[in-house]
Amino acid sequence: MRCMVMVRATDESESETQAMPSAEIMAAMNRFNEELVQAGVMLAGEGLKPSRDGKRVRFASGRQQVVDGPFAETRELIAGFWLWQVRSMDEALEWARRCPAPFVGECEIEIRPLYEEADFAEVMSPELRESEARLRGQIADRAR
Amino acid sequence: METAELHRRIDAVWRLEAPKLIGALVRVVRDIDLAEELAQDALVSALERWPDSGIPDNPGAWLMTTARNRGIDLLRHRQLAERKHAMLGGDPDFEPHVMPDFDALDDDIGDDRLRLIFTACHPVLPHEARIALTLRLLGGLTTAEIARAFLQPEPTVAQRIVRAKRTLAEKRVPYDMPRGEERGERLASVLGVIYLIFNEGYAATAGEDWMRPALCEEALRLGRMLAALEQDEPEVLGLLALMELQASRTHARVDASGRPVLLDRQDRTRWDRLAIARGQALLARAIRHPDGAGPHTLQAAIAACHAGAPTAAATDWPRIAALYALLLQVAPSPVIELNRAVAVSRAEGPAAGLVLVEAIADAPALSRYAPLPAVRGDLLEQLGRRDEARSEFRRAAELTTNAGEREVMLARAAALDIPAG
Repeated sequence: MRCMVMVRATDESESETQAMPSAEIMAAMNRFNEELVQAGVMLAGEGLKPSRDGKRVRFASGRQQVVDGPFAETRELIAGFWLWQVRSMDEALEWARRCPAPFVGECEIEIRPLYEEADFAEVMSPELRESEARLRGQIADRAR
Repeated sequence: METAELHRRIDAVWRLEAPKLIGALVRVVRDIDLAEELAQDALVSALERWPDSGIPDNPGAWLMTTARNRGIDLLRHRQLAERKHAMLGGDPDFEPHVMPDFDALDDDIGDDRLRLIFTACHPVLPHEARIALTLRLLGGLTTAEIARAFLQPEPTVAQRIVRAKRTLAEKRVPYDMPRGEERGERLASVLGVIYLIFNEGYAATAGEDWMRPALCEEALRLGRMLAALEQDEPEVLGLLALMELQASRTHARVDASGRPVLLDRQDRTRWDRLAIARGQALLARAIRHPDGAGPHTLQAAIAACHAGAPTAAATDWPRIAALYALLLQVAPSPVIELNRAVAVSRAEGPAAGLVLVEAIADAPALSRYAPLPAVRGDLLEQLGRRDEARSEFRRAAELTTNAGEREVMLARAAALDIPAG
């Protein structure tokens, strides 16, 4: 299974005067990433710039509106992420426990499993799947 | 923490730590059986202690220390017993076992796992044993899980692992990294084993067993592990690229009723773009390497041609045919010859492909190979030779062991019973 592991932003990571992470944290994070890579777990991972560099596109009643950062609700923002391939949530949790604290002070890492094909098995009735497959087949035939 | 939760956590810790732990122990005691025994003992201690003491901050180091102390105890006892035995027997040739240097466990030797996989894939072992041992030692899978994944009885797999470890001990296989020419051979065996594990999962995705897609993931994990440890081996990158590119198609390969969907008819929107991107990036690194393209890299390049085509019709068949020709030079085989024939038929027409198929039709290796009559039937049908095509499809249905494929072949044969209109 795959999961997205998100480092939640903090007031500090979002602040105007935010300093780059200390060399110590960078080194610890680097060691951790190295372990993830050597275990074949890590598929991707990046750090994100503060939300003041970001933009949002809001959809409401058929219209779109662009909102410039920074965004409120710091605790709901993401400061970095990984994509991991693990055998179970237990395994993901075990890895997350080994992650060095990403920021000084209180901070949080969130693990969210990705939807996999099998998760839709219950939602999709066999008839619906069959019909979708048939449709796709027809489209493919037409594209020939 | 509740007991059930604690046990789940210990299980997760164990699966993460076992390959490192066993790898380091093998390096020191030079005996897989003993290393596994010591590691298992450390796990038992953890199960006894951790419910009261809590899980330590660094569970890996705790397990390593426990295994070391247990090893020192165990071997001291054995030495003592041997010495007594020798004194009683008055054996003049008695040589006590040398106590391994357990302190060396603390040395952070990053390639313990690499050595372990090279040992598990040693050519003195039969293929099945290499697979089972690799999954057990490097993947941390239980014997029951391996048995279920390969649809085999558990005692068979257990026997296979026991025998493999005995063979390695009897043949005195060293736990060092092979060098020179031998290293190349062993690496080829390691790559072969990983790819076999992948294919066992990939070919079976139509089945209902949940463990089998997990085998693909396990192979990918092993491939990534190898790529992180063996950074200068283009074929390691090539194999990983190949597996990523093939895995990207997993969900599109079967239809709602579990029947296989051929590449041409797959819904390309269901291909995993992230896996494709990872595969393409790995392939680019493999190709840049001065050692040139090996068999896995060339197969990855072919898979990348498919992955990069927005529609089946846009596939660059001349390039694929050329890549198969290169592949034939480094890894001659009638199966690849057949694949080249398909590519040529798509690039230059069915007649050109049929010439190549006929040239290998009598190859003994293909005498019971279902794809041969399937391809031949397809080309004959395109050329309007319906009667011959029908009997080829029937032959393919007879030879295939996959129920879904048999159905497809019988349907194609039946369609040819209707007069052309």
